[in-house]
Amino acid sequence: MLLSSNPMHIPDGFLSVLVSLGMWLISAVIIGIALRKTKDELGEREVPLMGVLAAAIFAGQMLNFSVAGGTSGHLLGAAIATILVGPWAAILVMTSVISVQALLFQDGGILALGANLFNMAIVGVFVSYAVYNLLLRLFKKQPWGIFAAGFAAAWASIFIASLACALQLALSGTSPANITVPTMGAIHALIGSGEGLITTGALFFLLATRKDLLKLGEASPTSNKSILIGGSLIGLTLVVLSPLASTHPDGLEWVAEQNGFIEHAKAAAYTLIPDYAIPGITNPALATIAAGILGGVIVFAVAYGIARAEKRTAQQESLQE
Amino acid sequence: MPELYIVRNSPIHRLDARLKVIFTLAFILSLSLTPFRAWAAYILFLTITLSIALLSRLDMVTLFKRALLALPFALAALPLIFSTALPHSLWINLSGFQVSISPEGTARFASIALKAWISVQAAILLAATTRFPDLLAALQRLKVPAVFIAISGLMWRYLFVISDEVSRSLRARSSRSGAASASLHTGGSLFWRARVTGGMAGSLFLRSIERSDRVYAAMLSRGYTGELPTGDAMPFSRTERGILVLGILLLILLWLLAILSGG
Repeated sequence: MLLSSNPMHIPDGFLSVLVSLGMWLISAVIIGIALRKTKDELGEREVPLMGVLAAAIFAGQMLNFSVAGGTSGHLLGAAIATILVGPWAAILVMTSVISVQALLFQDGGILALGANLFNMAIVGVFVSYAVYNLLLRLFKKQPWGIFAAGFAAAWASIFIASLACALQLALSGTSPANITVPTMGAIHALIGSGEGLITTGALFFLLATRKDLLKLGEASPTSNKSILIGGSLIGLTLVVLSPLASTHPDGLEWVAEQNGFIEHAKAAAYTLIPDYAIPGITNPALATIAAGILGGVIVFAVAYGIARAEKRTAQQESLQE
Repeated sequence: MPELYIVRNSPIHRLDARLKVIFTLAFILSLSLTPFRAWAAYILFLTITLSIALLSRLDMVTLFKRALLALPFALAALPLIFSTALPHSLWINLSGFQVSISPEGTARFASIALKAWISVQAAILLAATTRFPDLLAALQRLKVPAVFIAISGLMWRYLFVISDEVSRSLRARSSRSGAASASLHTGGSLFWRARVTGGMAGSLFLRSIERSDRVYAAMLSRGYTGELPTGDAMPFSRTERGILVLGILLLILLWLLAILSGG
């Protein structure tokens, strides 16, 4: 259940180091702002509310319903969290959920966590906030407005986040954009419908029982205008950029090639070693021999380390007995 | 819910959690920095996870199997095999279809899948040998914001309570045939099923928000002032510092090896 691998949690090894670190930087800055804003808004009540709600979202991801042919729709929760507690707090809740999933359940990588946080906690929350608020204003008069807005927000949060994920993979040179973007988009357009339906059902229930809770997210309209604009911008950019990237994959591939951090690092290592250790290593045979020696040293070091540690534990255990 | 921490008496379990966090991060980072086709280096990285599993007295077969978890994602990298953009494409005729197989692309795909598999093993080892509260304390000492640690800690505490609640509501639904499809004439249409599940989600969030009020009241009555108490930070001992330096040195050596042998 909690171990089911989600198509949007990127594991380690699929993103280039440059993309991973860049995403970490962006996510850290935005989560930092979210930490400050929620502290101002909720004060000391912040920790219990966020903690329990994060546990509820985590466990709520077990909720599913059968769709057709053995597939099932289930909840990811960015949209409903945004509607319930507002965007900044929702970012923190989703951040906790996604980090614990990565740290404890290996659902998504550790180095890739920055990108996963960006896609699901930041893009997901920003986009659902923007869509929900804009549609709510548009359908103000209709009684079904809140449901339409909730469905669209939940669907868009999943769909747009998947586009961000596909673009990151393409930027890393892992997957060509003309295949990843349409595939990821199509899969998540479907997953998003499941999310949208459950979110709508949840809104139906909450409207009947605790109408006041649905107002909470709109508590401070002034501070959230930036998110409204930011979310709309993120959504629009990704929607425009993705088809462009998938019809003209050369541009992205060029970026991925430029992104070839490894190649630069390789050149650096080649210049490092002849200068300091073994001159004339440019000869490929010598490089292979050097690699072989290095490998041998490492294997020996590991084996020696294990043997020593094992011996020490054995001694300790015999002492305890 | 599966308990991921596996109780063993081993030197790895006793190691300072900060050290394990730093080493895991460095391990995954250096593995990510290796070029494609550095097979020798990948095998050595695998030896490290294997040795740590051995030292922690964990079952290696379970470790390898659980690490396969990341592999479905490898589908995303699969198109690399058929890439026409990469050099030396072999053309294979499959009953009328021309399929290009790029050896370069295949090697890249295999490298990505292998690196992902080994990285997941490292993450599993961290979770299996470190208790979650220790992990959180270590993260806090490594300068992760305290509020975030407090939220994650509280979440961990209530996760089991709330996931029991979810299991109960799922059981209640299936006992009323609410999960069955409409073709069985028991449940309703797709929209009906979605609404039922949505109602369950709504009531879960409602109950959780109310629970958080009670938790907050209980915390206040025990003297909560907005800060959670944290333990004292112990500096690294000399041996620990030695292990850390040696470990990082080993990773740097491995990375150099990968760069020399890969391409």
